[in-house]
Parts: sequence; C-alpha cells; structure tokens
Amino acid sequence: MQDANKRFVERDRNWHPPAYAPGYKTSVARSPRQALVSMQHATASELTGPNFRGLRMGPHDNDLLLNFSQGQGLPVGERMIMFGRVVDQFGKPVPHTLVEMWQANAGGRYRHRNDNYLAPLDPHFGGVGRTLTDDQGWYRFRTIKPGPYPWPNDVNSWRPSHIHVSVMGPAISTRLITQMYFEGDPLIPLCPIVNTLKDPDAVETMVGRLDMARSRPMDCLAYRFDLVVRGELQTYFENQ
Amino acid sequence: MKQPNSQPASELMLRETASQTAGPYVHIGLALAAAGNPTRDEEIWNEMAKPEAEGEHIEVVGTVIDGNGDLVRDAFIEAWQADSQGVYQPAFDLEKPFNSFGRTATTFEHGSEWTLKTVKPGRVRVDGIDEEHGAIDDKDSDLASARSALKMAPHINLAIFARGVNIHLQTRLYFEDEVEANAECPVLSRLEPSRRDTLIATREEEEGKVRYRLDIRLQGEGETVFFDF
Repeated sequence: MQDANKRFVERDRNWHPPAYAPGYKTSVARSPRQALVSMQHATASELTGPNFRGLRMGPHDNDLLLNFSQGQGLPVGERMIMFGRVVDQFGKPVPHTLVEMWQANAGGRYRHRNDNYLAPLDPHFGGVGRTLTDDQGWYRFRTIKPGPYPWPNDVNSWRPSHIHVSVMGPAISTRLITQMYFEGDPLIPLCPIVNTLKDPDAVETMVGRLDMARSRPMDCLAYRFDLVVRGELQTYFENQ
Repeated sequence: MKQPNSQPASELMLRETASQTAGPYVHIGLALAAAGNPTRDEEIWNEMAKPEAEGEHIEVVGTVIDGNGDLVRDAFIEAWQADSQGVYQPAFDLEKPFNSFGRTATTFEHGSEWTLKTVKPGRVRVDGIDEEHGAIDDKDSDLASARSALKMAPHINLAIFARGVNIHLQTRLYFEDEVEANAECPVLSRLEPSRRDTLIATREEEEGKVRYRLDIRLQGEGETVFFDF
C-alpha cells in the first residue's frame, strides 16, 4: 500500500523561521514554549499524503484575471504571469502536485470580510488560484501584481507586495506554505514577517524574479518562482 | 535568468523554500466559504466522509487557544487520517465516500470552533503496510522490522496554520476511548505522561451523534505536543 522505504531529508529548522520571533508580534502568544517532539522514525502517517489528480478544477482556476469576474470585466492593476517549477531538494521535479495561491488586489485590499483597509475592493478580482504542476513540475498562474498594505504590528508596518503560496508535495511531510515576494521591492528588508528568517539566503528563496523571456509583449510581465520541497530518499538498510 | 535556489548549494542539495505564516487571510485562498466568498465547484473542505462511507461516523471539533488563553479565530487546519480499516486513501476525489484529507478552519463565527465530519480511523501499521494486501517478510525478525509492524493507535494528523505561526505546527489527535491502543501506540507512548493527554480528544454523545473534542493550546499551560518529522 505505502512505500515503507521512503523518508524525507530532515527539515532545517534554523533555516525556516522560528516559532517565536518577537519582531512579528502575533508570534509571541502563538508559539509553543515546549520543544517540538522529534519523531526518530517517521511513520506511514507522515510519509504519505494526498494527491489531487481527482480534484475537478474549473477552466480558470489558475487565471485570476478571469476567475472572479466571469467575463464581466478585467481587474485593475499590473497584469502578470507567475510561474515556476516545483522540485525537491535533489532537483527532482514534483509532478501533479497541488499549488494554491491567494493575494490582495492591486491596492493591497483582500477580499475577506475582516479586511477593513480603506483601499477599495476590485469588483473584478477575487484573489485566489489553484493548479496542479505538470509532468515536469511546472505550474503557472495569471494574475494582477498585488499592492503592499499596512498592518498593525509596529506603528507603521507595511507588508511588501506578496502572493501567498501553498504546495503539498508528495506527503504531509513536504507540506509548505510560504509567500512570494517581488525582486527589488524595498519593503522586503523592512518587513517583520520576512525578518523572522535569520539567513538572508533563506529570504532569497522567497523572491520571485522578473523573467522578460516569459513575459508577453503588449500584454503582461512574468515572474518566476521556483519552489523546493523536502528531498525524498530511499531508506537503505533500515530493516536489514 | 538564474534563480537564487536553482543550483545545489551544499552537499549537492537545494535548500527547502522557506516557510512563512499563512497570515490573517488564509481563508480566502484555502477555505473560501469560511471567508464569506463564493466557492468553486469542488472545494477541499471538512466533510471527509459522506454518509455512505464505511466506519463509525464521528464529528471532531475543537478550538485553538493562544498563550494568553484567547481563542485563535483565524486558524486553518489540515487533517490527514486513515480510513476505518487503517488504510490511507491518497487519491483525493470528492465522488468517493471517504477522503483521507480534509481542511477546516476557525473564524469569528460558530464559537470559533473547527469541525471535521469523518469516520473514526482504524489502526495503522507504523510502516503503513496493509496486512490484507501488503507482503510481510516473516523471516525478517529483528527489532527494526518488529517495530515497523507495530500498530499505532487510531489518530488524525493535524497541521495548524495561522497568522503568527511562522511554520505550521504538526500534531496528532487520539481518542480517549481507545485506552488499550493508546497505551500500545509507539508514538503516543513515547511522550511524557504529563503531555500525552494534550493529544487525546474527549468523547461526547448528543442525540446519538458521536463527537470528539480537542482544544489545541499553542502555548503555556496544557500546551499541545507538536512534532517534528
């Protein structure tokens, strides 16, 4: 039933942000004080996960220019393609995996009942997309570049433009939610959420790159954002 | 154009993309109805078992509580569990009676409780081999293989995402009426007794419906056990 010989490269928790990162104030009361309990041997429960090839998607699920307005009009903002490849730590493509994303509109306003920011909603923009990677691990969305928005952390905190990205990978062990930032955005180094990461190289893994070659002349720009999930290993000799 | 993480850096391995919090508006992306937004034809949500699914039908509910004792009203939770026979069903398909994967969330409504409609999972072997269909090598009798043949107590794997949670928290929900299985579970029994109870859901019955309740405490007294794996 399951592949009993699988395991994943250990997650480097000094590379990822720590749970407690007081510059990001909400993490203060929402971070465990106890140490994580390490499973010395992951079990079938951790080494398996869902695949979504049987999820029936709509024709515009990965096209945020069309999937909210249903043809009634186009959203305002910078038209862009977001694309990239999902690979594991050994560079192996991760095919047919679910990639989901959500974001604010061009003015930094989310279509969510709790977002009261005074920038208006765009009647033609919802801000949610999903797709499966192809045989080679590639995914693609079409959207509007989101705007920065203010949030109550420090007196004057602003999130850089970002798109939330969720990827499943082959198992619940590889599950990851992150954010894509945009190359060159001066708000990136000021952001308390970005700065939960200690290693500047780790921040670089979250920055989408302008890719002129994949842009469409007179239509839209393109940003490339590759995602790396934990590498899958075979466990030799464990039971011998 | 070169990607920052497209070339193996050290030990011929790429670094995993770094995690970030799912933020306050995770629901618009992953829990559309909970955000008050229109849904698509097919959504991944909290009805893991349809009425015709095999097994004992249960509701699993709880809250998420922060270190100050306040309700977390913007959490997003993913569940992964075996079917009633103790077998994981990876192929997600809403036309099937049971899916091993589900999602739920807390919001400002419904008492800020999350809910899963599912069946009680069966016991899973540590190595995941389904005894009915999988091959077991009888000659292999050393400790490691003996361990891998152990059965875990029924459990639901939960991943908690929220604003303020920089990398999701991984835990398990067990059932209080599985005393014997819980005592034998190779994962649960490794925990200190003082912390083991934080994973055990209590059973409630109301009008013939069985409900299990587990409050997830992110921090402080009664802090839930979270795993690294």
